Amino acid sequence: MARPMSAVDAAGLGRGRAVGFVLPALVLIGVFLVFPALWTIYLGLTDYRLTGLAAANPQVVGLDNYTDALRDPRFLGSLWLTVGYVGGSAVLGQAVLGFALAWVLRTRTGRLRRLVEGVVLLSWILPSTVVGFLWFALLDRDDGTLNALLNTPGFAWLLDHPLLSIIVFNVWRGTAFSMMLYSAALENVPPSHLETARLAGASVFQQLRDVVLPLIRRHVLTNLLLISLWTFNDFTPFVLTGGGPEGRSEILPIYVYNVALRGGELGAGAAVSFLILLINLAFALVYLRLLRDRRRREAALTGGPPA
Amino acid sequence: MIRHTVGRLVSTVFLAVVLAFFALPMLWLASAPFDDSPAITTSVPEFTLNNFAVILDNPYALGSIRNSLIQGGGAAALVVVLAALAAYALSRVRVPGRDVLLYLLLLLSSVVTGTAAMVPIFELATRLALIDTHLGVILVVSGGLLPAAIFILKDFMDETPTSYEESARVFGASSLQILRHIVMPLVRPGLATIAVWALASVWGGFLFQFILLRDPDKAPGSVILYTLYTEGGAPKLDLISTFSLLYSLPVVAMYLFVSQRYGFRFHGGIKR
Repeated sequence: MARPMSAVDAAGLGRGRAVGFVLPALVLIGVFLVFPALWTIYLGLTDYRLTGLAAANPQVVGLDNYTDALRDPRFLGSLWLTVGYVGGSAVLGQAVLGFALAWVLRTRTGRLRRLVEGVVLLSWILPSTVVGFLWFALLDRDDGTLNALLNTPGFAWLLDHPLLSIIVFNVWRGTAFSMMLYSAALENVPPSHLETARLAGASVFQQLRDVVLPLIRRHVLTNLLLISLWTFNDFTPFVLTGGGPEGRSEILPIYVYNVALRGGELGAGAAVSFLILLINLAFALVYLRLLRDRRRREAALTGGPPA
Repeated sequence: MIRHTVGRLVSTVFLAVVLAFFALPMLWLASAPFDDSPAITTSVPEFTLNNFAVILDNPYALGSIRNSLIQGGGAAALVVVLAALAAYALSRVRVPGRDVLLYLLLLLSSVVTGTAAMVPIFELATRLALIDTHLGVILVVSGGLLPAAIFILKDFMDETPTSYEESARVFGASSLQILRHIVMPLVRPGLATIAVWALASVWGGFLFQFILLRDPDKAPGSVILYTLYTEGGAPKLDLISTFSLLYSLPVVAMYLFVSQRYGFRFHGGIKR
């Protein structure tokens, strides 16, 4: 400890011990986060299988998995379903409903506001399989609550409209995040600006477009990026439909599971995993660019929900 | 004035519709566990607490809650300890490349999701003999939670004054002692947030537990619940609904605890 310490090193850790403190976390992250990401690239280039000959002695097949996937109608169909799922439930559903709620609740106080915020938050924090079963019960063909309410006995929502079902399900599940983010954003809009616009005769739509949107543009972008990224990686619909019937709700996360772990084609699944990784990377890089000159604390948002 | 009243009315109707939409699926959770003979349709229950007694007799129900506690508690402890050590060092010492490292970690944790990594994670766990072990789930989940945890904790540590640490050092305290007795108490809200976040993530988490655990004796509540309603003929509604309610309560309690005690700031992941 004879060595003079720099002013920032108040605890006298020194570089050596500092590295020692950081190392255990880095090792764990390295083994269970970085290494799997890199390994996906290699696995995706092989014909590795869960069982059989290719399990014992996998061969490198180059880009075959990728070219096969791009010719496979099941993969392309899954890709389109995913686009519909993300666009419908995240961009259109969660973001729009979340903003509408934040906008309407902004002027409210009291019981109704707390009640609405409470149920929206509750749907967000309940365990995913519990939520899955609640919707299973709601949409059930024979005795579901929804059919009882709408007087449509025997209507099989999950079989006839699987994509619509998981879209509505995910709107229900995830709107809380957008609502909270926009509530925080709207606090930065000075009421006097809105008042002035109103006195000048601006309609609600004009107020939103000309006064509110310019002030919260970055929040909107952040929101859209994060919920799209999360929804794109969302495995939860699996507990509701398992991807069925006949793959009509088989979004990419479920496709990877069905191909790789259920079907045993680990190599082909890894190739698609890597494509997902690249798309995630594009989202995240745009987000981090946005974040660069913002306060650090908000970066914690990237914590995100694990699957 | 009329415009104002009409606007108010429209917004109230909107809120009522939203309230109904969000509350509808939950009604069943509130009614069926107390129902004498629950059906899948929501109805006013014939009140009974018998379903809770039945669940105590089910071999998998209580065991799975114990498994959830082991896996969630283990991951929470591991993440808090490792993240606190790393965040402290990164906050107090200028390790070369620190800021780049932090950004890379954040980037990784948002990019390498369960969906993108399920194949290699499954392979890795198989080769390390971590399939069907609590440790496997704990390590895999912790690896994903750590980057964000370090990031958030470092923020808390940056905001604490360093003068206490300097005087403790004058009196000969070691770095670990300083960390344990001086820094930890100062950042307790941060530690609690991370612990609850990690526990809640594992408690509600499904994908990794589902692919890493085949043995029902090791499966946590979230996986057992899924098997209860998807496998084997007619689902036992009394059991499932009661278990759902029991399994949801701790998460709701933890959420209320953190939000009341420390003020809820949406650190993205505080949910599942």
